[in-house]
Order: sequence, then C-alpha cells, then structure tokens
Amino acid sequence: MSDDPKRETLSRELLKRAVVTRFTVEEVVIVPIFAVIVALILGGITMLATGVSLGTIQAAFGSLFTGSLGSISALSETLTAAAPLTLAGLGIALGFRAGLFNIGAEGQLLIGGMAAVVVGFSLTGLPLIIHLPLALLAGALFGALWASIAGWLRAATGAHEVITTIMLNLISFRLVDYLLRSPWIQRPGRADPISQSVLESAELPRLLLWIDTNLRLHAGIFVMLAAVALIYWLLFRTKLGFEFRSAGANPDAARYAGMRSGFLIVAVMAIAGALAGLAGANQVLGVLGRASPNFSAGIGFDAIAVALLGRGHPIGVLLAGLLFGALEAGGRQMQVSAGVSIDLISIIQALIIVFIAAPMLVRTMFPWAFQKERPADKGASRAPPSQPASEESG
Amino acid sequence: MDIELRGITKRFGEVVANSNVNLTIRAGEILGLLGENGAGKTTLMNILSGLYRADEGEILIDGTPARFDGAGDAIRAGIGMVHQHFMLVPVFTVAENVVLGVEPTGRFDRLDIEKAREQVRQISAEYGLEVDPDAIIEEIPVGIQQRVEIIKVLFRSAYVLIFDEPTAVLTPQEVTEFFAIVRSLRDAGKALVFITHKLHEVREVADRISVLRAGQIVGEGDPKTATDADLAEMMVGRQVRFEVEKEPVQPGDVLLDVSDLNVLDEREEMAVNDVALQVRAGEIVGIAGVQGNGQTELVEALTGLRPLLRGRVSFLGEDVTQASARRRHQLGMAHIPEDRQRSGIIGEFNIAENMVLNSYYDERFSSGPTLRWLDVYQQTAANVAAFDVRTSSIFDHADHLSGGNQQKLVVARELSRDIKLLVASQPTRGVDVGSIEYIHKRIVEARDSGVGVLIISTELDEILSLSDRILVMFRGRIVAEFDGDKATVNEVGLAMAGVTAEQAA
Amino acid sequence: MAVSEAAIGAKDIEISRQRQTRIVGGLLLVLAVFVASVFGFGSAGEGDAAFRLTRPNDPFALPNIVVPAATYSYVIAAVLAFFGIRLFMRGGARWSSLLLGLGFLLAVTAFLAWATAGKSFSLTGMLQATFVRAVPIALGGLAGVLSERVAVINIGIEGMLLAGAFTGAVVGSLLGGVGGIVAAICVGGLFGFILAALVVTYRVDQIVAGVAINLFVLGVTSYVSSQVLTEFRFLNNAPVFRAIYIPFLSDLPVIGPVLFRQNIFVYGALILVAISTYYLFHTKSGLRARSVGEHPEAADTLGIDVYWTRYVNVTMAGMVAGFGGAWFTLGTVGRFDEGMTGGRGFIGLAAMIFGRWHPVGALMAALVFGFADSLQQKLAILQTPIPSEFLAMAPYVATIVLVAGLIGRARPPAADGKPYIKD
Repeated sequence: MSDDPKRETLSRELLKRAVVTRFTVEEVVIVPIFAVIVALILGGITMLATGVSLGTIQAAFGSLFTGSLGSISALSETLTAAAPLTLAGLGIALGFRAGLFNIGAEGQLLIGGMAAVVVGFSLTGLPLIIHLPLALLAGALFGALWASIAGWLRAATGAHEVITTIMLNLISFRLVDYLLRSPWIQRPGRADPISQSVLESAELPRLLLWIDTNLRLHAGIFVMLAAVALIYWLLFRTKLGFEFRSAGANPDAARYAGMRSGFLIVAVMAIAGALAGLAGANQVLGVLGRASPNFSAGIGFDAIAVALLGRGHPIGVLLAGLLFGALEAGGRQMQVSAGVSIDLISIIQALIIVFIAAPMLVRTMFPWAFQKERPADKGASRAPPSQPASEESG
Repeated sequence: MDIELRGITKRFGEVVANSNVNLTIRAGEILGLLGENGAGKTTLMNILSGLYRADEGEILIDGTPARFDGAGDAIRAGIGMVHQHFMLVPVFTVAENVVLGVEPTGRFDRLDIEKAREQVRQISAEYGLEVDPDAIIEEIPVGIQQRVEIIKVLFRSAYVLIFDEPTAVLTPQEVTEFFAIVRSLRDAGKALVFITHKLHEVREVADRISVLRAGQIVGEGDPKTATDADLAEMMVGRQVRFEVEKEPVQPGDVLLDVSDLNVLDEREEMAVNDVALQVRAGEIVGIAGVQGNGQTELVEALTGLRPLLRGRVSFLGEDVTQASARRRHQLGMAHIPEDRQRSGIIGEFNIAENMVLNSYYDERFSSGPTLRWLDVYQQTAANVAAFDVRTSSIFDHADHLSGGNQQKLVVARELSRDIKLLVASQPTRGVDVGSIEYIHKRIVEARDSGVGVLIISTELDEILSLSDRILVMFRGRIVAEFDGDKATVNEVGLAMAGVTAEQAA
Repeated sequence: MAVSEAAIGAKDIEISRQRQTRIVGGLLLVLAVFVASVFGFGSAGEGDAAFRLTRPNDPFALPNIVVPAATYSYVIAAVLAFFGIRLFMRGGARWSSLLLGLGFLLAVTAFLAWATAGKSFSLTGMLQATFVRAVPIALGGLAGVLSERVAVINIGIEGMLLAGAFTGAVVGSLLGGVGGIVAAICVGGLFGFILAALVVTYRVDQIVAGVAINLFVLGVTSYVSSQVLTEFRFLNNAPVFRAIYIPFLSDLPVIGPVLFRQNIFVYGALILVAISTYYLFHTKSGLRARSVGEHPEAADTLGIDVYWTRYVNVTMAGMVAGFGGAWFTLGTVGRFDEGMTGGRGFIGLAAMIFGRWHPVGALMAALVFGFADSLQQKLAILQTPIPSEFLAMAPYVATIVLVAGLIGRARPPAADGKPYIKD
C-alpha cells in the first residue's frame, strides 16, 4: 500500500544528483589555474632578483612556451617528458586515494628501470613483440616488489610509509650505484657506473621518425594513456577501487566493513610501485637506452607534485603530467636559448605544490576570484587524500 | 560571584548553535543545564570558558561586561571547565597536568616541580580530593582522572566550575561520590554548572534547572517539583514515551554461542576475561556496563574484527572462531558499531556508497570485478525511504547528515538485508530523542521477526527498556545476569560497579 | 579461583610477548654465525690488527691496541651465540633490546678487527671523524625533535640544511665565517617559519609542506648556484672554521682529539643538545611545548596558545637545521655544491626516531650513523671486499627495522602530524 509514495520518492531522489557547488569548482579548477600562474610570476621575480635582464626574462618565458608547444618537436618533447611523470603520478595519486603517502616513487622508478634495463640487454634473439613487453613487465614487477616492502611493513607492523619509503629511496640510490658497477651489468670497458645498452628489440619504438628522425616521442605515450584509463576504471568502477577509496577515506570504517586493510595497503603500494617502475622502464627503454646513476632525475619527486596538482584524479593527473612535461621541455629550451638555468623549473614546480596544497593561501591572495563565504565543510581542510570521493561513482 | 549570559548567539557557518541565550549562574548554587544531544549546551559553555567567541551577546561578571579572547582570560576571571573528554595530557604526571599553564618557576624558566607537587597536595587536602601528584595520568583510573580535572580547576582559583556531562564515564557508585564532591564545592561557596542530558541526575543534584533546546533556553525547572516527564517534554519539545512497547519474548534456537572468550586490548592487557554467553533467535540480550570494561573488545571479537587470545565463538552452529568479519557478515551477522563517525560511516562518501559499504561485493551490487552502481542507487533509495533517513538526495555526503540520520543510515544498512543476528553497540549514542525512539522501534521489530539481538550500551535506561535478558560486564567479565522484566536500576547499577549480590547483602 | 584464572590470562600475554625476545635471540645467533664464518674464518692467518690510539709525538702517548683478528672474532662469535641461545631458550624480555644493541657493537668491533687484520689503523682518528660527521645528522635530528615535540612532522629538514649550507657559503664569502653562520641560522629559521605558516595557518598537509620545502630549496639553491655562483666565483669561497683546541683537555689521550680538538660546529651541536634537553624537560616553556605535542586541546583549554607555540618551536627547529647546514660549507670545504646535503636531513629524521624524540637520544643515534659514515670512508683505505654501498645503506635499513618495531617500538608524541583546528 505504502509502495506508491515510496516509489515516488525513490525516483525523485534518484534524479537528484549532488549539485556541484561553486566551492568545488573553485577548489578543482580555479585554485590550480591560479597556482600555476602565480608560480610562473614568482619564477619571473626570481629571475629578476638574480640579475637576469627584463629582455632575457621575456626571452625565457617565450622559449618556455615555444620549447613546449611551439613546434612539432616541442610537442614531442613535452609528451616524452609527460609520460613518466604521469605514470609515476598516477601511482602516487592512487596512494592518496587509499590514504597512503608514497614518497618512494623515485626509488621504485630506479629499481623498475634497472630491471627493465637488465631484461632489455640480457635477453638476446627475441622479437620486439615479446622482448619489449617482457622488459616493461620486469620494470613494473620490480617496481611493485620494491614498493610492496613499504606496503608490507605498514600492513604487518604499522611502520609509517613516509619514513620507510624515504629510507627505501636512499637505499635504492646506493643499490643502483652498486649494480651499475657489477660486472654483469656494467658496460664492458667502462670504469664509470653505466649499464650495457638496451637491445633494439626492447626499445620503445619512436613514433615520429617519419616526420623527423630527431623526434623522440615514443610508444611509452600509449603505455601512459592505457594506465590512465586503467586506473580510472579501477578506482571508480571496481570493487577493489571502492575498497581503496574506503580505506583511504576512513580506514576504520573500511575495516569494520570487512575489508582486508592489510591486503589493500600492500595492493595499493604494489600498483603504485608498478606504475613508478613502468615510468622507469619508460625512461630507459624509450629515452635513455641504458641506465646510469640517478637516471631517475627526480621524476619520482616531481610526480608527487603531479599527483597533488591532479587532485588525485586520473584525468587530473594526466593534465598535470602534461603541464609538468611542458615545463620540463620548455625549461630545456629556456636554458639553451635564453641562458636561464633549468633549475628555475624546480622552483616553479615547488611553488605550484605549495599553492595547490594551501588553497587558503590562494584565496587570500586573490579574494576577488572566489566566493566570500565558504560553506561549513568539515572535510575541506584535510590535505591531499580528501578529494571529493564520490564525484565519479556514476 | 554571579555570572550573567545575555543574548548569546553563536553560528557555525549556517548552523545556529546558540540563539539569544540568557542564563544566570550564582555563587553557592548548582545550576543544572539540561538538553539533548546537539542542543548547544557544550557550545554555550565553551563560549563561557573562552574557547569560542560569541557572535552576539555579552558575558557579565558581577554586572561588569567581560571579554574573553581565549581560555586564559576566562581562567583569570575565575571560570573553569571540566570537559566531557578529559583535557589531561596522558604522559604527564598529575602535578604537571595540574600546573600546566600556571607553572611555578625558578630562574631560567626552570619548572619548579617540587613546588607544584606541594601545591597539588595542599588542594587535595583542602577539598578532600585524594591523588598522588607523581602518578602518570594514563596509568590511573577514570574516576581519579576526573578528580585531577577538578583539582586543576580549583588550582586556578576558579569560582565557577562547569562540568560537561561529567557522569558519562563513571559507575553509579562513582557518580554518588562525584555528587558529594559537587555538593561540598557548592557549600564552599563556588558556583557550579552541571551539563547533562540525564534527567534523574539533574534532579538529584541541581538546585535550579535550565533547559536548552535547539540552541535556545526553553524553560526553567525546580528539581524538587519537576517530574521527569515535564523535563523531558521541555527538552524534546513534545511528549516522550519512556517505555518501549514490545511483545513478550519468544526465544528460539541458540544463534550465537560464545564460550571461554579471552581478548586483549591495544595495550596487550586482558580486556575480555573468560566470557561465555548465548543469544537466541527472537530475544534481545543487553550488556550493561560502564564504558571501558571490555565491551568494545568483546564486540570486536564477536564480529571478527579482533583476534582472540582464547575461546570459541559459534554462530548458527558453525564454528566461526577463526572466521573473518566478512564471513560472519555473509552468514547473517549484522553490526552497528559503537562510534559511527569513526567506524560506521565514511563522511566524505555519499549516502549510496555508505549504504553498500559492507555489502558492495554482494551479487546484488556487483558482477565480476566491477560494481553495478545503478543497482546500488536503486537499493539505497529504497532503504533511505524505508528507514526514514532525512536527506534530499542519496548523492549527499554522509557528513552533511545529522547524527540521528547518520545512525539511521547505519541501521538501514544493517537491517535492510536478511540477517540472523544483530550486534548493536551503543546504537543511540549522541542521537536526538526522535531518532532514539525510531531506532529502538526498528530493533524491537527485528527481534519480533526472529532476529537475535545483542545490545551493548553504557546507557542503563536503554538496556533496561529494551532487553529481555541483561548481562553486566565489569573489568572484562560477565559478573551478573538479570531477567529483563524484573531487573531494577539499583541491582544492575551495583553489578556495574563490580559489587556482587553477596557483598551487597 | 579468580586468581588462578587471572594467572592463566597473564601467562597467555607473557607468551605473546616472548616472541619478540625470541626474534632478538635468533638475530643474535645469526649474527654470531656471520661473525664466525666471515670475520673469524676470513681473517684466519691474516695476523694481528693494530689500532692506533695516539700519535707518537702526543703529550700522553699510549701504546697501540693489538688484537689477533681471527681469535678475537671467534671469541665475539661465541659471546654472541651464548646470549643468543640464552634469549632464545629462556627469555628475559627486559634486556633483549639492550643485548641486541650490545651484540651489534661487538660485531662491529669484530668487523674492524677483520678489516684491519695484518694492518694498522687509527681508532682515534675514526672516532674524531665520527663526531664531525655526526654534526649535521645530530642537528637535523634535533630540529626534528623540536618540531615533532609540538606535533609538526618536519620532512623539510633536508631543505633547511641545504638552505643553511648555501647561505653559509654565500654570506660567509662576503662577511666571513661568523656572518655566514648567523645568516644560515636566520635563513633556516625563515624556512622553519614558512613550514609553520603553511601547516598551522594554511593547514597544508605536513608531509606535503615538507616535500615542497625540500624541492623549493633544492630548486633555488641549484638555480642560483648555476645562474650566479658559476659567474661570480668569489661568492662561493667562504673561510672554513678551524678546530679550537681546548687548553689541557685537548691533550688527553683519545678523548682530547675526539672531544676537545673540534671546530665550532661540534661544540655547537653538543651545547644545543644540552640546551634543548633542559628546555624540553626542565622548563615551563618546554612543558607547554610538549603538552601541545601530546594533547593540543588540553593545552588550548589551559590558555596555552597552540598555534604560537608551534610557530616558535618549528622556527627554532629551522634555526637549528640552518646552523647544521652551515657545517657543510663553513665546517668542511668552504664552497657550496648543488644538493650537497645528500640526504643527511633524512638520516637526521631517522636519528630522531632512533633517539625516541629525545635530544640526547638523537645525538647518540647521530653518532652511530656518523660512525657508519666514517667507517665507510675508511673501508676504501683498508680495501675490504665489502662494497661500501652496502655499508652506506646500513643506517637506512636499521631505521626501517626500528620503525617496523621489530626491536621495540618508539612512541612519537601523541598528536604528531595532526593539524589542530580551532572552531
């Protein structure tokens, strides 16, 4: 009898989607845009402060643009730089969603890259169709294993992943130094730590050689896109993703709901490590062709910024990765043609993190761009993991 | 010293916590401030003790307006507050806690801990509040901790003492002791404010009662003449049924059989000690006890969330001692956790996600590795309607629901499927009276339909009104069992304090 | 009746606690086997190890300590095995952590004997280097203690050290060493203040803020270094502080060179550790600071300004780190190189954890890490077959083992890492 009104409410309620508030739009769109602009301006001020002339600064910003978007070659460089940043950033973002702060992408990237190199030069006589996937797989697998150490420690003993991943990073630096000097990896005839070269059958094929043989864009870009799609599907469409997000938003509630928190922690770290390992494999198989000390070049740390800027969302991470790739590529051009050190880019990236993580700071600086009153929102002040968790569950 | 609050209004965003509140506190008098959860009692007292600043209105001390910019100002004005959750640093000693903020010092900012001890001893002696100044807070019992809180306030020469829900963590006997302390403080000329939602306590100890509802003072009462019903009506704004209507019990088969259960707590100390109990189909078994006597660990052990040290748990005749929480859930065990904010819901998830939080993996909502969100939404909408969760959309964040509606969401999640046993821990804590009645009704309905119910509550009233059978837990043991119809407050209260029948006689 | 039941319960608990003792016992046994097979067997026939304590022209000359390397290693292995078996069989949980530490120390001496077998080697020199190398770690750890005691996790120590190193070099080049130190302290304090502002006022996640500070300082110092310092070399040529000999005390054998022939940074670190200990545990302000780290709500209700306390302490932590950073340039080489702190700030964090959030503990841990660091340098000279990379990893591995609680868990301040939000 009471079914009719009930059904009515039911359908009415079903139709009512959560209204996207102005506040959310501000947090997700306006704050990041302002963060990037302010960081660029502060970069300019830094140049001024170090005695770079106005003309040169103009040239620097000009080449930052042309070097990233101004030509086919610039675009190729941007995409090439974006691939590892996005891959590793996805892993870190996944960690944020699941409540884990994985600072260890740098180390996971190194270990994964080393594994990919070893597979890349040691297996001879395989066709590309087998050798390349094997090398990529080795990168992902070893990245995952390395990250799982931190995950397992967290799950089994409660050791905080921030500390353990920092330590694992430092260990991986030494370990790679050691491996690069060991006779079965070091290139014959060399005294410095450098690995043998990856065989052609394990290289990620260059894509734009038909336009210009100098274009470095390689098939890693497809790995990146596949990873973005896969992580999106995982987070918002699968049971495992639901568990990740639950454990991240409220680990106690997740445990009470019967989710296996230990398994989830290890799984998240393993997937994040696999993505970082793929980023490393992407570098050695697609760009460098071999491993040398510090071939990770800080990508694992920049990826933290990418994940934050992307607000922990796969699409956001992709956009942030492209932006950072553009900064990287433009920065190189800037160094060459304007004579401004590429380290300026690190300053800009660090400032972007600060402004993203401190939306209140941006709001204070540009009060005219935002609504006056922010709604009373209990969860809004919690930093990275507190993304609007349910926006994508549709 | 008299204190007058005049026209106090406090808003949090769009929520008005206090609206035009007028209140007078007089020396040598105990004022009972009565109100249900969320009525704005604590906010009001936080304004008085300088932690919050009122948006409108003023505080007059002996007729002079006072302005508090922080807790320090209120303390200097002689106002001290004993918070519901004790404000004691667990790793500090009693003396360190007492002097914190007004420390006796020597040269080079040196903390004169010897003097601090002496001062603590003095106050202990003066007011008959016995404590060891060198004891570490986390190592002493709650009753003593409360004593330290009182000493702390007295040490700051407070004339006005505010107690926020002071009896929540005490046994009935400790409550009696506590009332004696309060009365002696009044006789010493202090002004006291006693904040509570427990009617009989305020009638027992207060000299004057003010009732707060939805942020406003709605009435005053004289403890000598007012009845529980009068006060409750004032507090809730309508008539309240105290009795839960239920049919006589018709117990069926044993559903849950626990024997020889031993469980450790986080500090690796014995929290549950040789507990044995049974729950039958169609009966409500209530576990009474003061907070912290092993109830949390018992529930977690029964629901598969905490490993056992020893013992056996069987459910529906199956040995589930080693079974995971998920397995027990699948067998038909439902669990309403004691702290919904912490472990019952996920605030930043929407209602639909919360509704399937522990059944998302079920065939109803998923196929293979993926979730079928449309089915989730259908079911959620049905449950929300059926369990009277007040919300405009199932895509609203659970955060945005009131405490009562959050709890109804949890109840809906647990009762909306086919279950055999319900383990309900503090099912109505921090919930408004309307929701309490509703939740109690649904629990009794479940029991009438043949579900076995185990209720764990520190609210003796709740246990007495719902249970068919009452077990009392004290220091990890089941120390007494009563028939639900015959048990009296006094008997159960004594058992909760660990006094056995023989000792009482 | 009740008593016996309780006793059974207590016994069950006891069993669960004994497991840890067994782990330690097992570790000691493994260590014993390792010492015997690698160091004992490895140095058989290699001859004696000679450890020099003093130089021949020192006022109080001591003879060398000469140890038969193989025999010594076997003896140590036997001792380790004895305690390992004892712990494994009989328990005795109270002493297990201590025994493990002692066991490692003994194993290290056996290692030294093995590495030095047939050669000679200056023990005093290495201890002296230990103190020098411990300085930035100890000061980094101390900075960690000061900020985590008010519940602010400080990942940014690495950046603060780097900022101090950079400022020390540049200002030191212009104004001399003292000016360099003062400037380094100020800049370190500035970054401490920035961290406090970010996490306290702007509620940035503490880890994010620390990571951002590290990246920012690395970026700025590298940028200025390559943009400016390569062009104006005189800006990167600072005087180095020489050792100050304390009269008489510096002439003592062993102790003299180790403790009393050091530069201002070693003395400074020791004094700062002493002052911090006094401040945190014996003063009014220290009590208040710790209450903010343990229970900020309680502190707030007592009129203690939580935000102010955090600002002050984190800024002080930054100043300490800035001073420690100056060591890299003004205490050693006098010039700044990009990223020259090389993770010492993170080891400082590890030292803080090892030291259980106590200044003296952090110093002790820093000395252990400094010892490992200087040992690594010596290994190259002694030409041992163990790759120095593995020794360099040891502190990190040890830290992981510690935070995993395999050998007793350290307890951080209760509110550590949590923002305090009023209203």
